[in-house]
Amino acid sequence: MYDGGKIFVGLIVFAALFASPFYLNMGKVSAKPELKIDTPEIQKLEDKKCVEPKELMRAEHMQILNSWRDAVVRNGDRDQIIISGHKYEKSLQNGCMKCHSNKKDFCDKCHNYMAVKPYCWDCHIAPKEKKS
Amino acid sequence: MSMNRREFLKIAGISTIAGIGGTALAGGLRKGVIEAAQTAPNTDALTGKKWGIAIDMSKLKSEENIKRVTEACHRIHNVPDFSNTKDEVKWIWTETFEHSFPGQEHKFMAEDMKHKPFLLLCNHCDNPACVRVCPTKATFKRKDGIVMQDMHRCIGCRFCMAACPFGARSFNYKNPRLAKNLQEYMNPEFPTRTIGVVEKCTFCYERLAKGLKPACVEESNGALVFGDLEDPASEIRKILASKHTIRRKPELGTEPNIYYIIGGNDYAVVPEIK
Repeated sequence: MYDGGKIFVGLIVFAALFASPFYLNMGKVSAKPELKIDTPEIQKLEDKKCVEPKELMRAEHMQILNSWRDAVVRNGDRDQIIISGHKYEKSLQNGCMKCHSNKKDFCDKCHNYMAVKPYCWDCHIAPKEKKS
Repeated sequence: MSMNRREFLKIAGISTIAGIGGTALAGGLRKGVIEAAQTAPNTDALTGKKWGIAIDMSKLKSEENIKRVTEACHRIHNVPDFSNTKDEVKWIWTETFEHSFPGQEHKFMAEDMKHKPFLLLCNHCDNPACVRVCPTKATFKRKDGIVMQDMHRCIGCRFCMAACPFGARSFNYKNPRLAKNLQEYMNPEFPTRTIGVVEKCTFCYERLAKGLKPACVEESNGALVFGDLEDPASEIRKILASKHTIRRKPELGTEPNIYYIIGGNDYAVVPEIK
């Protein structure tokens, strides 16, 4: 084999570089994001329930937001959602964020952890962060 | 492997059935469209078949009146102000008679009319040219006649700007949030737009849904009359039936729904004959 040594060294260097993210991060388990759902607005609610169960919201909130967008913007359907007597608007800015007034500790934490960058906030205005 | 015609058809038939049945079964097992358990119908909304506005120019006496109207709209809709015409975003604005109604001016017309600022906004046409050209259906005609703009779909191609004969559409050449007025105040109930989308007047669809009239109408002290043009008993229809009104560029066939009462008796200055 010609230049066998060089190829072998090259392969080792390549393998080391390729695997570097794995062994550099080994043992350093980044903590799962803990979302805060104790905003003053939620505390005030008698029945602390979102529009759908927690598990469904966690997995499919983007689909819910999309269907709300289509309903409101395209079909002009602004029927409110009632959960134990409390009315919720089909709206990110005037619905979700009225309770979840902590975008940083609610939206951003998980989105950063998952490295997704939704562009909702290019247009929609996030509520002012309160000191907690 | 050799196969005769009969065997081939058998296999083809079975695989078709398996395919269709399989997808139907899989689809049925998946969770359906998300629907909340309980909804309350929105009963506050103003409903109509064709919204329109009649603008009585004789009641818009001073520039302050007009400024109050335009500022009310731009304030609640977070319209950026970059103080230069190239980046200007306008939902409701003013123009001279000559530019508002080209071809209808003449050299003997009343001086004050000639220089009076006319209040212009999207005409929410019956045959909107902007809707026809939009490649993504970002702009569309609602059932109540509003020409609506869906910012989620706009790709910023600006075809609609080229198509609209009234200049009612503006492009966001800059990030609107960098505008000085929006850095000072943003209406937290309404979104801003992002760089690279086209925007225009939406007839305050968000206010109509709450049972409120458009902001410009509310601020105009009766100079702007809003109503359903398809309802013969509406105030706007009574005005249109009793007074002479003109529309912008009706010859183009887009059927604008903004009417202007020109009148003139109130303020025309008749020069004395000596």
